[in-house]
Amino acid sequence: MRVRLGFGIRIAAVCLGLTGAVVAGQALAQQAKEQFVPMLSYRVGPYAAGGSGFFSGYIDYLDMLNKRDGGINGVKLTWEECETEYKNDRGVECYERLKNKGPTGGTVFTPLSTGITYAILERATNDKHPVMSMGYGRTDASDGRVFPYVFPIVTNYWSQNTAKIKYIGQREGGMDKLKGKKIVNLYHGSAYGKETIGILDAQAKKYGFEVSHIEVPHPGNEQQSQWLQISKIKPDYVILRGWGVMNPTALKTAQKVGYPSDKIIGVWWSGAEEDVIPAGDAAKGYIAAGFHPSGKDFPVIQDILKHVYGGGNKGAMDDPKRIGQIYYNRGVIQGILTAEAIRTAQDKYGKRPINGDEMRWGIENLKIDEKSIKQLGAFGMLQPLSLSCLDHEGGGAVKFQQWNGERWVVITDWIQSDQTLVRPEIEKSAAQYAKEKGITPRDCAKEAAAGKK
Amino acid sequence: MFYREAGQFRVSYAEDQRIFPIRQDRYGFVAVLLVAFVGVPLLANEYWFSAILIPFLILSLAALGLNILTGYTGQLSLGTAGFMAVGAFAAFNFAIRIPGLPILAVFMLAGLTAALVGIVFGLPSLRIKGFYLAVATLAAQFFIEWVLTKFGWFSNNNPSGVITAPAMKLFGMFPVDTPMKRYLFTLTIVAVMALLAKNMMRCATGRAFMAVRDMDVAAEVIGIPMLRTKLLAFAISSFYCGVAGALWAFAYLGSVEPQAFTLDRSFQILFMIILGGVGTVLGSFLGAAFIVLLPIFLNNFVHRIVPGLSSDLLSNLELMIFGGLIIFFLAVEPHGLARLWQIGKEKLRLWPFPH
Amino acid sequence: MEFDWPFFFEVLIGGLLAGVMYSLVALGFVLIYKASGVFNFAQGAMVFFAALTFVSLVEKGLNFWLAMAATLAIMVALGVAIERVVLRPLVNQPQITLFMATIGLTFFLEGLSQGMWGAQVHGLELGIKDVPFKVAGISISQFDLFAAGTAAALVAALAVFFQKTRIGRALRAVADDHQAALSVGIPLKHIWAIVWAVAGFVALVAGLLWGSRIGVQFSLTLIALKALPVLILGGFESIPGAIVGGLIIGASEKLAEVYIGSPIGLGIGTGMENWFPYMLALVFLLVRPEGLFGEKHIDRV
Repeated sequence: MRVRLGFGIRIAAVCLGLTGAVVAGQALAQQAKEQFVPMLSYRVGPYAAGGSGFFSGYIDYLDMLNKRDGGINGVKLTWEECETEYKNDRGVECYERLKNKGPTGGTVFTPLSTGITYAILERATNDKHPVMSMGYGRTDASDGRVFPYVFPIVTNYWSQNTAKIKYIGQREGGMDKLKGKKIVNLYHGSAYGKETIGILDAQAKKYGFEVSHIEVPHPGNEQQSQWLQISKIKPDYVILRGWGVMNPTALKTAQKVGYPSDKIIGVWWSGAEEDVIPAGDAAKGYIAAGFHPSGKDFPVIQDILKHVYGGGNKGAMDDPKRIGQIYYNRGVIQGILTAEAIRTAQDKYGKRPINGDEMRWGIENLKIDEKSIKQLGAFGMLQPLSLSCLDHEGGGAVKFQQWNGERWVVITDWIQSDQTLVRPEIEKSAAQYAKEKGITPRDCAKEAAAGKK
Repeated sequence: MFYREAGQFRVSYAEDQRIFPIRQDRYGFVAVLLVAFVGVPLLANEYWFSAILIPFLILSLAALGLNILTGYTGQLSLGTAGFMAVGAFAAFNFAIRIPGLPILAVFMLAGLTAALVGIVFGLPSLRIKGFYLAVATLAAQFFIEWVLTKFGWFSNNNPSGVITAPAMKLFGMFPVDTPMKRYLFTLTIVAVMALLAKNMMRCATGRAFMAVRDMDVAAEVIGIPMLRTKLLAFAISSFYCGVAGALWAFAYLGSVEPQAFTLDRSFQILFMIILGGVGTVLGSFLGAAFIVLLPIFLNNFVHRIVPGLSSDLLSNLELMIFGGLIIFFLAVEPHGLARLWQIGKEKLRLWPFPH
Repeated sequence: MEFDWPFFFEVLIGGLLAGVMYSLVALGFVLIYKASGVFNFAQGAMVFFAALTFVSLVEKGLNFWLAMAATLAIMVALGVAIERVVLRPLVNQPQITLFMATIGLTFFLEGLSQGMWGAQVHGLELGIKDVPFKVAGISISQFDLFAAGTAAALVAALAVFFQKTRIGRALRAVADDHQAALSVGIPLKHIWAIVWAVAGFVALVAGLLWGSRIGVQFSLTLIALKALPVLILGGFESIPGAIVGGLIIGASEKLAEVYIGSPIGLGIGTGMENWFPYMLALVFLLVRPEGLFGEKHIDRV
């Protein structure tokens, strides 16, 4: 019986140690000239492939900046990963844990998850930490007057959707040819999936095509009935708005019922290697949207290979074959945006570590033109961006790429979104949120006039 | 040595029926309450409130609910998260559609809604037992998830289906907005409901539940009404889970996506009661503490103790250690942490003597 | 409007074939439950682990059959290890504890699979082109037919194994009554190891077929959830029950998705697939609480 008690004491010791370790984790030695970038990453679970690619790319870019340039204007970048497992409550815990680390706190949060973005949105706004939800998150946060700290930068779901319809119009030979066509919207049964139902209906009304919305319940590894219905409808195009296993299953099931893959157009969360490789040759010819291409030939990727992986060193990406793939490049782009925003903020506030509020200003006033893109070594990877108080998206254009069985081949140039459709919807939704929460929208004109910081 | 009962006499029925008959226990409990209500707010920082204490409290409440159903009444249920979701969405709808309703009333109504749903899905328990019942409650879980996602009315027709919880105001006057206030609010609700649960389980209702758990045929023979007892268990359990869900939405995350209450959550809560101790109130709290703290501890600890391993491997190692520890604990003490605590107390009564 | 019979049959046959795939996974559960009374929730993770190991070995250069043999060996070793490390310390514990232990095992296996082989997704080609072929105006998927055939062959093999071989008889004896089996001299621990190994083999086959269908990635572990209603319908202890249950669940799931969703006005594609099989199983259970082929459990006071 004494063994039992000893064990009990051991348990108590473990519990104490547990709390101790968590507490100790808070007290980190603070360095002077460092910019801390928190990483709410996920490397386990169903979306681990995408998460590990993205965050490895992000870390590698920051690492490269440190090694090649000595940081940003002499300020070194530091980071720490916190495993969220793509779960909202873990995301909140990671946010709370990392937000005050480093000399100036967590610079910017990029959870790569719409759910976590929603969960930390209010906290981040109250704590004055910006959130960059690049290509995901709350679409209506594009209206910076209601969401000062949230940036669905580069492009949001609705913009992308209008660009997609434009692309279809292009393929048909003109937007007027869309009249009478049938499009099926196959979407993932989640908040993310439902985001574009409204905008598609609006465009269907405007251009005269018929849209049917078919839901695939999460996780989407069985889509037989959905695709049988699709084969009955015989649409001209299927928009695939999937996530995770839903994507390859969709492509495989499409092959099963005989629907041609080049008529399936996916969103960018259905347009990575992880989404097509498991489908094998059923994915050949499938087209997906993307706000950046894959490939290793870009100078910035070459720089990463040289400075981070050169000489046999190890970077954050475990499997070097994945460098240059879609998620990796997406992470690199996130790195570029973070770094340039820091630089923009430093130009105004001084070449020192900047805090969350200053970073917010930096992102909001981020302007990247063709020349800077070439300088950064990302020509062709990134579109010109220009954010503002009103517009937290800043870009909105997408490119389309086709899977040839081995890699993604870009088949169009940048296609702009239709902001005449998108912007009013965004403002309406943002206004509703502001009303629900009792937020007074910012007055951008006044702020600009006052030259407010 | 200091846990002796010598000299403590119970001279009234009231004293005899106390939850803590031994004076040392009472002092200990008061100390715990003091630490929780006074000490923690003074010492803890925002991270502890927002990321650890509040979810721990809310999940203990849900674990308590499940314990009432599974631990005390023996009805295995995997639909816990579904009932939490009902509570969360019901609270949201009541708060939004009846403006001016006091927040406590909102939670009560949310709990009652969850209780009603619980009764409906508890009906099969009259016919089905054991594992089959567990899988049947999965029907509740998935159906509830689907209903809440499909019909926009529940999320106020928000295009993305994610609801943001409105701000809370206690008695219409005191805003509950800072992490510390939210912590105290949650703590109060959880403490009151835990006390209720403890007393409920000590009275005739609880005894009826336990009779059903131990041998329901015999219970029926001696006159305990099966229908009413089982449905009451489902109702009470779902009430607790519903309030927990509402708290999760209002006091913790501030927003709820139906995907926050998936099957994973149900399993998580089931883990808590198994590891903590089935059929005990303390077990719900211990299990919740274990399950909430362990992943965070692993996340912090593993990264520090094994530098140089790739992040991929480290994260997977966390998962492996988590699974391994669960199996280990189940093997070492299948009755859970509460049993360990009980053994500890028994040892303390004799200490420093061996017997 | 005339009822679209060809489409109906397409949905029905597609559903039946999908149901066979569910049964494959359910088989693993049934085997373990029959022999050791444990509801092995880790079956889904075992399917994933088997598929991932196989695919990674193939990608490293091993040829198909060699990789399959190697994976089989690994699965057998895993089964034996599980029996030793997880089950033996928990002997005589209530079912719920064992169930929870298998959930802990699930986490462990998930971490192990992705820790060992990485988080990338893989395609799995079994060499069967999945183009549909038409029979009397109805499209049937080649691959699904192949899968159904494999499952049938597996069931037949298992049936022969259980009925005709000595070990099979010993397994059935253990499933019937542990104590009695022990008293006749049947080595319980060996039997359990064998059962877990066979379940591992079934997991491998299921992993190959499902991996080929949807790719080898983490979501394979979720297939287990599809197998649960099959188990309820068929009974936890019956192999033919798993097959029949699978067919019923598969067919009704698809038919409900297509035909019940639309007329109610919820729009095509209502997402009912997730909960309908469970509801169906639930209704079934109300009528027959042990499932179609399950053993009647007699409560004695």
